[in-house]
Amino acid sequence: MAGILVYALHDDEGNFNKNSLGALSEAAKLAGELGTEAAAVIVGDISDDGAAGLGNYGVTKVYRAKDVSEGLAPPIVDVMAKIISDDGFSYALFGGGLLGFEIGAGLTARLGAGVTMEVTKVKVDGGKLISERPILQDSQIADVGYVSEPGIIIGRLNAFDIKESGGTAEVVDVEVELSEWSTKAEMVTRGEQRGADVDIEAADILIGGGRGLGSAEGFEGAEALAGAFHNGAVAATRAVVDAGWYPYAAQIGQTGKTVAPKLYLAVGVSGAIQHKVGMMNSENIVAINKDPNAPIFEFSDLGIIGDLNKIMPKLTEAIAAKKG
Amino acid sequence: MKICVLVKEVPDAAVQKRIDTGSMRLDRSGENNLNPFDTHAIEAAMQLKEGGDLQVDEVVAVTMGPGSAQRALQKAVALGADRSVHLSDDALLGSDVCATGLALAKVLESESPDVVLLGQQSDDGECYTIGAVVADHLKMPSLTQVVKMDVEDGKLRCERQAEYGYDTVALTLPAVISVGDAINEPRYPSLKAIMGAKKKPLDTKSTGDVGIDAGQVGEAGSQTTVIALNPPPPKEAGEIIEDEDTAETVEKIVAWLDERKLI
Repeated sequence: MAGILVYALHDDEGNFNKNSLGALSEAAKLAGELGTEAAAVIVGDISDDGAAGLGNYGVTKVYRAKDVSEGLAPPIVDVMAKIISDDGFSYALFGGGLLGFEIGAGLTARLGAGVTMEVTKVKVDGGKLISERPILQDSQIADVGYVSEPGIIIGRLNAFDIKESGGTAEVVDVEVELSEWSTKAEMVTRGEQRGADVDIEAADILIGGGRGLGSAEGFEGAEALAGAFHNGAVAATRAVVDAGWYPYAAQIGQTGKTVAPKLYLAVGVSGAIQHKVGMMNSENIVAINKDPNAPIFEFSDLGIIGDLNKIMPKLTEAIAAKKG
Repeated sequence: MKICVLVKEVPDAAVQKRIDTGSMRLDRSGENNLNPFDTHAIEAAMQLKEGGDLQVDEVVAVTMGPGSAQRALQKAVALGADRSVHLSDDALLGSDVCATGLALAKVLESESPDVVLLGQQSDDGECYTIGAVVADHLKMPSLTQVVKMDVEDGKLRCERQAEYGYDTVALTLPAVISVGDAINEPRYPSLKAIMGAKKKPLDTKSTGDVGIDAGQVGEAGSQTTVIALNPPPPKEAGEIIEDEDTAETVEKIVAWLDERKLI
């Protein structure tokens, strides 16, 4: 079979990742155009029904490696490399996220394969797949083709839409002997939540705080601004969450949440791609940043170049006054 | 114990980066600098060396690139590396991720490192993947985007954020670790270190020196090909206000928000 193999990531409860489900739907669509089939690969303890249920996203076959644990890339590289070699897949596709990058990269080395990452669109041309990959801070889009098989395609966050087709898939259990080095990374704890459990996905108005706020205390100003809107909440970039300034549950972007509020008001956020992909579909984007070269000004509807410490308190006051 | 730090020369952040449409490669003429993400990897290496939990004998900066890439190595040495290795060969021109990973793995192999560190991404290529490619070639465990790293029972205990929160992972050495920029605050090199950097040993190696088959790297060894470059879909440019009089600026923001019924 010359199809497309998709890795489907899941959490410890067996819930599949949205970006993986999007990748399954995309692979099924592309396989249809290529006249072939798409299959999924999963690891860990997923029930027969759970595995077969991935057919709902268009794949006809699900490979399950029960004895391999989820969450670390090297063992999954072993699994996918074996399936690709045994059954001859032409492409491997990953939805946006962190683990897909690591597994895709490992497969590149193992199989001597071509890889493209941060792919926003895949198209069929002459019976082959071509990836669209934005480069140089999204200022250009490269069309990239693959010289040999398999081609490894790693999607950008939210690049592929989920489409349910209502089918079920055949489940095939696979046993894979792990490479000696794959067992030398050991998960101690997975998916630890840090900081308070806040809800940013329901808010119409989000104040996004970044490193420009200067410190954990700087977020008090962002919270005051959110409060002035009455229905606002505060979100954060990965840098400040890693620094411990704000809870992980409030994080936007590649390893955080995806939001699309009516207003995203970014304060001290540079606008790195990993953040952008989590908030770019907001209806209105306003950014305040002192660096005129900050990438966020490239995709904001209103940009204010200036000092947050001067602007934010006055803006909070003015909005509170208007709200009454 | 030996730590190798992979570094890269990238166009300076202030320079407008562009693609040479003839070769479909990044135009690397003009001002270049050490990839800012790599300074965190060097700092992490220095902290491991100075921390004393691992007996680190030397930190070696390793790069692949044209002659100008030596400046990136000198910066790495000024930041604390003991010496550097420069893989440079015309045969490497046009290498994609697959070919670059193989070449870097080969030059690293010649150094037999116990730990390989690198930054989470390069400022120019934005590929995020080289660490995991190199690791698989070297048959070492790997982890990317690590924001905390401690030595525990001779293993590296690493923390990083993945899809569902923070993961803590223990890696048996030798291992390849790419670090996120939140892991540390890189030190500034002293004037003395900058002056002394040129005197530290720098080995230049060709593909043949480290056993790379020229057919597996460069354009010949690359498994992807750039077919076309297109501009992104046009987006209406946003309005920009430069804050001179803050009261006036705030008035303008409020009016803008009010017009869109956002208040």
